[in-house]
Amino acid sequence: MMVDGVEDEEKWLAAGIAGLQQNAFYMHRALDSNNLRDALKYSAQMLSELRTSKLSPQKYYQLYMRAFDELRKLEMFFKEETRRGCSIIDLYELVQHAGNILPRLYLLCTVGSVYIKSKEAPAKDVLKDLVEMCRGIQHPVRGLFLRSYLSQISRDKLPDIGSEYEGDADTVNDAMEFVLQNFTEMNKLWVRMQHQGPAREKDKREKERSELRDLVGKNLHVLSQIEGVDLDMYKETVLPRVLEQVVNCKDEIAQCYLMDCIIQVFPDEYHLQTLEILLGAFPQLQPSVDIKTVLSRLMERLSNYAASSTEVLPEFLQVEAFSKLNNAIGKVIEAQADMPILGAVTLYSSLLTFTLHVHPDRLDYADQVLGACVKKLSGEGKLEDNRATKQIVALLSAPLDKYNDIVTVLKLSNYPSVMEYVDSETNKVMAMVIIQSIMKNNTQISTADKVGALFELIKGLIRDLDGAAHDQVDEDDFKEEQNSVARLIQMLQNDDTEEMFKIICTVRKHILTGGPKRLPFTVPPLVFSSLKLVRQLQGPEENPFGEEGSTTPKKVFQLLNQTIETLYGVPAPELALRLYLQCAEAANDSDLEPVAYEFFTQAYILYEEEISDSRAQVTAIHLIIGTLQRMHVFGVENRDTLTHKATGYSAKLLKKPDQCRAVYACSHLFWVDDQDNMKDGERVLLCLKRALRIANAAQQMSNATRGSTGSVTLFVEILNKYLYFFEKGNTQINAAAIQSLIELITAEMQSESNSPDPAADAFFASTLRYIQFQKQKGGAVGEKYEPIKV
Amino acid sequence: MVLVLAIGDLHIPHRASDLPQKFKSMLVPGKIQHIICTGNLSIKEVHDYLKSLCPDLHVTRGEYDEDSRYPETKTLTIGQFKLGICHGHQVIPWGDLDSLAMLQRQLDVDILVTGHTHQFKAYKHEGGVVINPGSATGAYSSFTFDVNPSFVLMDIDGLRVVVYVYELIDGEVKVDKIDFKKTATTRLAH
Repeated sequence: MMVDGVEDEEKWLAAGIAGLQQNAFYMHRALDSNNLRDALKYSAQMLSELRTSKLSPQKYYQLYMRAFDELRKLEMFFKEETRRGCSIIDLYELVQHAGNILPRLYLLCTVGSVYIKSKEAPAKDVLKDLVEMCRGIQHPVRGLFLRSYLSQISRDKLPDIGSEYEGDADTVNDAMEFVLQNFTEMNKLWVRMQHQGPAREKDKREKERSELRDLVGKNLHVLSQIEGVDLDMYKETVLPRVLEQVVNCKDEIAQCYLMDCIIQVFPDEYHLQTLEILLGAFPQLQPSVDIKTVLSRLMERLSNYAASSTEVLPEFLQVEAFSKLNNAIGKVIEAQADMPILGAVTLYSSLLTFTLHVHPDRLDYADQVLGACVKKLSGEGKLEDNRATKQIVALLSAPLDKYNDIVTVLKLSNYPSVMEYVDSETNKVMAMVIIQSIMKNNTQISTADKVGALFELIKGLIRDLDGAAHDQVDEDDFKEEQNSVARLIQMLQNDDTEEMFKIICTVRKHILTGGPKRLPFTVPPLVFSSLKLVRQLQGPEENPFGEEGSTTPKKVFQLLNQTIETLYGVPAPELALRLYLQCAEAANDSDLEPVAYEFFTQAYILYEEEISDSRAQVTAIHLIIGTLQRMHVFGVENRDTLTHKATGYSAKLLKKPDQCRAVYACSHLFWVDDQDNMKDGERVLLCLKRALRIANAAQQMSNATRGSTGSVTLFVEILNKYLYFFEKGNTQINAAAIQSLIELITAEMQSESNSPDPAADAFFASTLRYIQFQKQKGGAVGEKYEPIKV
Repeated sequence: MVLVLAIGDLHIPHRASDLPQKFKSMLVPGKIQHIICTGNLSIKEVHDYLKSLCPDLHVTRGEYDEDSRYPETKTLTIGQFKLGICHGHQVIPWGDLDSLAMLQRQLDVDILVTGHTHQFKAYKHEGGVVINPGSATGAYSSFTFDVNPSFVLMDIDGLRVVVYVYELIDGEVKVDKIDFKKTATTRLAH
């Protein structure tokens, strides 16, 4: 059915255009031969095509535009005629003889244009006549286009200030009256369309109305362009008259469009000064009008106006813009009790943005808006609507963007309350926004209270909220979120050690609610934060006679111990081991032997009981040996116990090469450069010899299983270690020992069963080069190396 | 002229939230030909960021790295130079130059790039050069007390390498440079 209708319309339009063009052709011929009578006849016939009721507005418009173009040529002809002596008044009379009213009026308007230009009559008189005459057309589509034509041709002929048509009698008042009247009549026609035709075609009618709306709105645009219409005139006459029409027409489509039009078309300063009148119209509108969108747009415009220059801000204060808008919105929300939550939040969001732009220093205003929003939300329960949630995120992000400082935002007492009403997904989104803001602006959050408030705010990231869908979390997203929390923890700083300790305790309290999934992310940054605090406490400024109960390194270490313990439940033994070793080093620097020993014990237990993967063991043992090697706080007994254990672990690694390397690394445990009593040459040599034995065993194993003895790399490594201690002055290692090791390696490399390894060869070669270099150094070093032959 | 960025021990997010802003604005994609990273990034995001600066990225494993697939050591040739990378927690005693020299001999490289101590070093010994770019974020270290954020840029040109070290001290970026020349017999001279 629809297709047929469209096809028919196409046919009618084509027919209309054809008819129009044909008559235009004859009209042109008449114009060329200065035949006024024929010109009028054919132009009237041409214009008759516009009498159709069969076309939709879009199609009618096509017909209209062609007629418009033709009428321009006719107008030029009329102008020529008057120059040739034809009286314009006569012409004005003549065209009214056209048979049908619609062509008659189009012609009249066209002549009227020339009439006004001739100045033989005041512009206001002609305009008044025309606008009244157009009443003859009451058909909505035809009437709207006719009046649109009138508006178009009269635009440059209004008696505006500074215009050539302004006379003593003609004032801007007349121009205004003319446009207002045209507007009023056009609106009436437009509204009438709503009620024409059967109920089942309502949608079609409303669509057609929508296509025509700009014709009506144009009048407001013209009004705004009239120079003489200043603020006073707008306030006294234009706005009240326009609003009167808008309210009285009681038509939802017209009201919605026109209110928006008013806001878009007239300058923002006007709106500010007429805020009360404008807002007063809203309650009088039809209940079905989408007030919230219009109000939001108004506030958006005013926000941008405020943002454009600081000079306009006092105006806002002077007219008490905030309280007026706040009241208006309150009334609207109250009146429309069943407004969906999206609407209410959008309104509050716009109002908040407005407040932030206009009154950035009035946190109480912003808080008021949030409070009103909370009140509305409290009646709803948790939000389901996706768009409403997005609006809430916009609402909450606005103060963050404005102040760039979460600390200021936290001063808004209602801010956390709003967060309470969003679902856990949105909470996470908002939490990420907050963290980004902190990182971008390098915001300092320096007291435990603020930290606590912040972590409450972002709790969606910190722990599983009730009812959250745990299994739907994307792993990468989860990692990103937790890493953001970790980065956030780095930003929490205070140079005052007491306050910093409180901050650490507060953070700890929150992250411990996170559960095993989150702890591996959040515990390490907290640990390092604490270690930084320990270092601060060791600083020279620290008063060693601090008050009772003040923070000490010991207290921090206690906390650290309890914190790292929580990783057992994850389980994350490798991470825990690393953290224990870090703490041990820090305890070492604080001269706390028992504390350091305790941390080592914990690390060792983890190694023995929880770390079974070979590769992990190798790394872990190297970390243990490396850390232990640097410890100076241990007494002989403790150190011996720990060293003995470490060497034991080293010898028990699975793969022989790993064993070998770990054992010779242990040799350094018996030789610490800066502590003379820590240089046990014998035990160093014992380690190295043990490493040699293991390397040998490895060779034999290789021979047995693969038929060749494998690489000599391990031997070269051990040789290098021999050289290391030789140079350091370990008397147990002499040139002879080194010599025999060199010969051993050389023999191995040349043996038949040895599979060549270029890397090992190069290593051996560079070691020999090193020995050569040392020999050539001369002095004490040269002497030492002299006996070694390479 | 080949530019090689040596960087490492960022420890993001365990010990630092991000690279210093002044460093970030200096490290622009397209200017560097190779990146050598000693390890302890520690998360994928940092890897991706470095990759965005230069696609030729070489990383060795630090003990806190999230990705356990990075190798313990790596060697590569750039121009006339052989470079070796190792995080350094494997070399005991930590930071000991003689032990690092041993590793250098083992890898048979002219330049050894290593980290772990968070302390910038550029040291020449008979076997070659050892460079430690320090910690790019100034991360906490049990080894070094006051860590200034630092990284190294090497300009390799024929037989010569110029090592530029960038350090952030009291909010200002300070640059220093050291020259190393390699003789044709493949041994590095100062």
